[in-house]
Amino acid sequence: MSSKFDPQKNYQQTKKQVGYMERQQTAPEDYRRIGFMSGLEVHQQLDTKEKLFCHCPSGVFHRNEAYNAEVIRHMRPAMSELGGYDGTALMEFKTRKNIIYHINNETACTYEVDDTPPFKINPEALGHALKISLLCNLNIVGEVHITRKQYLDGSIPTGFQRTAILGVNGHIQLSNKKVNLIQLSIEEDSCREIADIAHNRWYKTDRLGMPLIETVTAPELMTPNELKEAAEYIRYLNRSTGLVRTGMGAGREDVNVSCKGGSRVEIKGVAHNKWIPELSHNEVFRQWALLHIRQLLKERFQKEEWKMQFQQLDLLEYHFSYQPLLDCRKKEHQIVAINLPGCKGILSHFTQPGQMFADEISQRLKVIACIELPNLLHSEQFENIVSKNDFDKIRSKFKASETDAQFIIWGAVNDIQTAIEIIEERFKMIFDGVPNETRKSLANGTTIFERVLPGADRMYPDTDSAPIPLSDEYINTLQANLPEETYKRISLLKEWETPIDSHTFILSKNLFPVIQEIIERFQYNPKRISTIFGHTYKHIVGQYKVRSEFNYRKLIALFHFIHEQELHPNIAPYLLPILYQHPSMDFASMLTSLKFKKRSMTELIAPIDFLIEKFREIRKTDDPKDAANWIMGQLHHQAIGNIELSDLRKNVDKRVL
Amino acid sequence: MKDLFQGYKGKALETLKKYNVRVWGKANIKTTRGTFNGTILPRSENDDDQHIVLKIETGYNIGINVGTISDMKETGYKKANYKVPEKEFPYTEGQPQVKLFGTGGTIASRLDYRTGAVIPAFSPGELYGSVPELADICNLSTEKVFAVFSENMGPKQYIALAIAIGKEIENGIDGIIIAHGTDTLHHTAAALTYMVQNPPVPIVLVGSQRSSDRPSSDAALNLMHSAVAAGHGDIAEVMVCMFGPTSDEYGFLHRGTRVRKMHSSYRSTFRTLGDTPIATVTQKGVKPIKKVYNHRRKDRNVKILPYFEEKVSILYYYPNMQPDIIDALVACGYKGIIIAGTGLGHVNKPVYPALKKAIEKGVHIFMTVQTLWGYVNMFVYDTGRDLMALGVVPLDNMLPEAAYIKLGWTLGQTNDRQKVIEIMQTSINDEITKREPYNGYLVYQGGVPEVEQFVKNFRK
Repeated sequence: MSSKFDPQKNYQQTKKQVGYMERQQTAPEDYRRIGFMSGLEVHQQLDTKEKLFCHCPSGVFHRNEAYNAEVIRHMRPAMSELGGYDGTALMEFKTRKNIIYHINNETACTYEVDDTPPFKINPEALGHALKISLLCNLNIVGEVHITRKQYLDGSIPTGFQRTAILGVNGHIQLSNKKVNLIQLSIEEDSCREIADIAHNRWYKTDRLGMPLIETVTAPELMTPNELKEAAEYIRYLNRSTGLVRTGMGAGREDVNVSCKGGSRVEIKGVAHNKWIPELSHNEVFRQWALLHIRQLLKERFQKEEWKMQFQQLDLLEYHFSYQPLLDCRKKEHQIVAINLPGCKGILSHFTQPGQMFADEISQRLKVIACIELPNLLHSEQFENIVSKNDFDKIRSKFKASETDAQFIIWGAVNDIQTAIEIIEERFKMIFDGVPNETRKSLANGTTIFERVLPGADRMYPDTDSAPIPLSDEYINTLQANLPEETYKRISLLKEWETPIDSHTFILSKNLFPVIQEIIERFQYNPKRISTIFGHTYKHIVGQYKVRSEFNYRKLIALFHFIHEQELHPNIAPYLLPILYQHPSMDFASMLTSLKFKKRSMTELIAPIDFLIEKFREIRKTDDPKDAANWIMGQLHHQAIGNIELSDLRKNVDKRVL
Repeated sequence: MKDLFQGYKGKALETLKKYNVRVWGKANIKTTRGTFNGTILPRSENDDDQHIVLKIETGYNIGINVGTISDMKETGYKKANYKVPEKEFPYTEGQPQVKLFGTGGTIASRLDYRTGAVIPAFSPGELYGSVPELADICNLSTEKVFAVFSENMGPKQYIALAIAIGKEIENGIDGIIIAHGTDTLHHTAAALTYMVQNPPVPIVLVGSQRSSDRPSSDAALNLMHSAVAAGHGDIAEVMVCMFGPTSDEYGFLHRGTRVRKMHSSYRSTFRTLGDTPIATVTQKGVKPIKKVYNHRRKDRNVKILPYFEEKVSILYYYPNMQPDIIDALVACGYKGIIIAGTGLGHVNKPVYPALKKAIEKGVHIFMTVQTLWGYVNMFVYDTGRDLMALGVVPLDNMLPEAAYIKLGWTLGQTNDRQKVIEIMQTSINDEITKREPYNGYLVYQGGVPEVEQFVKNFRK
């Protein structure tokens, strides 16, 4: 039986056993069955002039190679306020990374590299963040306490992020349910990673220290689509204030997912909300698969009984042809084989589309032991990289049984030692279920291991800064200047009969207040105006590059002009592209460039008789509708900005039909 | 009873008592801003009495204004135990014996709820618990001599340290580390240079610019470097061991009399002025920069000279300095004054009479330069010659702080004017150097293309 073991077949079979299905085929009942549960941490950069704790400019970015100096640091775990060490911190220490920061003098000062203590918190950022907290119906704290949150991956040179809670216990209103918010914090953004190769990781410090808020929902989102709706809602809410940054990386989501019997796993830094459903779908099934693996292994062993064996391989004894193995001699790297008792069928067990359990190990080796990919060969690979003979020889050395599986790993001596520990640790974790992890999202909707999930045991009061009291007067002033709540905006859009496909654009670009002002001030038809913005304007934005002089007040001014000149608003779609491309041009000149002339209905319909005659000469059909259409086409351009086209049509129809 | 409400006072204390909720109690608090749940934390004594500090479940701290509280209930109690894991320092045969004296300071510190800042904490077990690599370098024993911040270090502590060092040397130690706050590290380094003469082993003062409760602290690496220098280095002098660059790369060993803290917060804050550092140090070993230094010896012939006169002052000259300042010092019984003068060592004419009077009353007055780099030269201008005629004695390129400490130490031994001058002008370990090498003054300015290039390629 064993000789016929087919890893590909095993992969497909375990995929079926787990019950994996495509997201489109998955019904809410299916998610309920496997206990899909998720919550969000939505990160949003605030639009401020300066960074959060120093006076460097915020929002200025550099190319990787544009730097003036570099600083090297190493991180060591430090104890939390409650006297514990954090698991992630200890993991990061194991990696022994050299962290190299690239510093550009324009965007980073000595604060960013932790050579100067923090300056007072940026009041502009604090005000922005509090406004958003109020919109989230959060209970605002009486005093803001800056806390240090340890991050040993090097993404912040201090080794911790300065962060502070502004409010707790809020909620947002989705279409079908109310979702609770746990908290909202203000924090400094981290470095941008340039590269991570073996024991070196490079960061640039331009983004570091920019003010950011994090909105955390309760784990109450029960399907991937609901999760996405919540993410969109929070994004609209943040943008409704006009106080946040937009563009690449300005908003990022961490998605927490678990299944019944699983664990909280955090998918980090999801840049696009549209990725959320697929990522969370695959994650919940990955957890479901890991629980299946646990069941398989538990049927064979007790956790305490399971023990793996390893031994170093001598290149000369084998006939390897795989280049990375052959290179080990030159690099003085070790090659180690590991025997995994009773693990046949586990390595090629399905975890995610395109990934099997062995990949979970390989990813941990890359991150924790710093061994670059490819870093693992095993007995259940789809393609035979190591010959059957060589594997048989390895198996006989271990006196392995038919039900065992084997790994081959290679790398520097120190790293291999760490690698062996990691493999043993991960296999033992199978018995406990799903490890708490943070995972990196890939564009195809799957994830890879990023690090061990940190807990609350990494918090420490920031001894460099004093608490900041928030008086009632201050909160009241902020409260007085808030936009309406986002769910009210959504219901107004529906009331206006705004096309549903344009809601996202209007809310995410915060065009709602623009449309509302135009409708209210000039008494235009809401459906017409919101459609102009949801369709025409969206098309323009997609088509042309925005000019720095352009702003939303100019959009309102355009409609003010149309109203004042007693033009018909159907000219707006023709003026908008001109305004967008030439924001400094005066409106009268725009009209001229359209060759616009004021005409009354009488003037416009005067040539109809002539046109009827003309159509008779060139006609191809006798259908009077074709005649009407043709005449409309002739008059259309002159009518725009003067009258409602449907009124003109009525007049034409009257004469032709 | 007081301990139940650690740090709370006034209105906040009243509120806690009213609702019978303790520090470390888990509380449910109803306020006009909504309900909050969490653990009550101690409060800093210097913070106001209007707020209660709460650690919420997610680990963050927040403050609640007591004026907004309408009800409060204690639902549990759990005191945190902030303690660095203590592990017995292992002994390895064949490794050098190093003694570490703790004086306090950032290198060994932990959170203090009384002030909300960090306080010194120190034990060998704690040290090993946080920097286990030390065990691979040497066999370390530790002694807490005192626990004070560096600004509270003074003559009493210098003397106690000098005597303790003397005993350790006598007992055959291979090297000494002194963990010290950084603010006055160079004062202590100078004091020990004068008080502990002709040491046969390295005496290394070390601190950190970032407390050890931070993941990117320089404490661990500084400690390792100092252990290498003390246990394995060949330089048997009083030295300061701190970061060379701000990066985690290498440390410098600075001569105790020529070193100065030059930045309020940089890791690479200590610099040797008017000379090069003696050596660089990494975990691999000490690499001398200077060719001449005192080598490690087998003998135990150290001279301990633990003296100090406290009535000594340092006067930083500024334009329009009034003579009454000097009169006041004399009236207060000061026996010695170090002037940090302008340029080559000058003060303005109106203080001359006051200086003359002071010297006539037996006050010893010496001149150093506030430019820090360069020599006092009182011959170049008439004003300098006038000052010398008054009895103000130039101290060449001695740093003002090194001169201040030396004068205190000298006056602790004698008050005889000729002897005092002789001791002050006789260099013990380079507090005065005969020459300033060309690379002893390197304060580069940014913006110049070649400097920018250098910074980008080399300065980390």
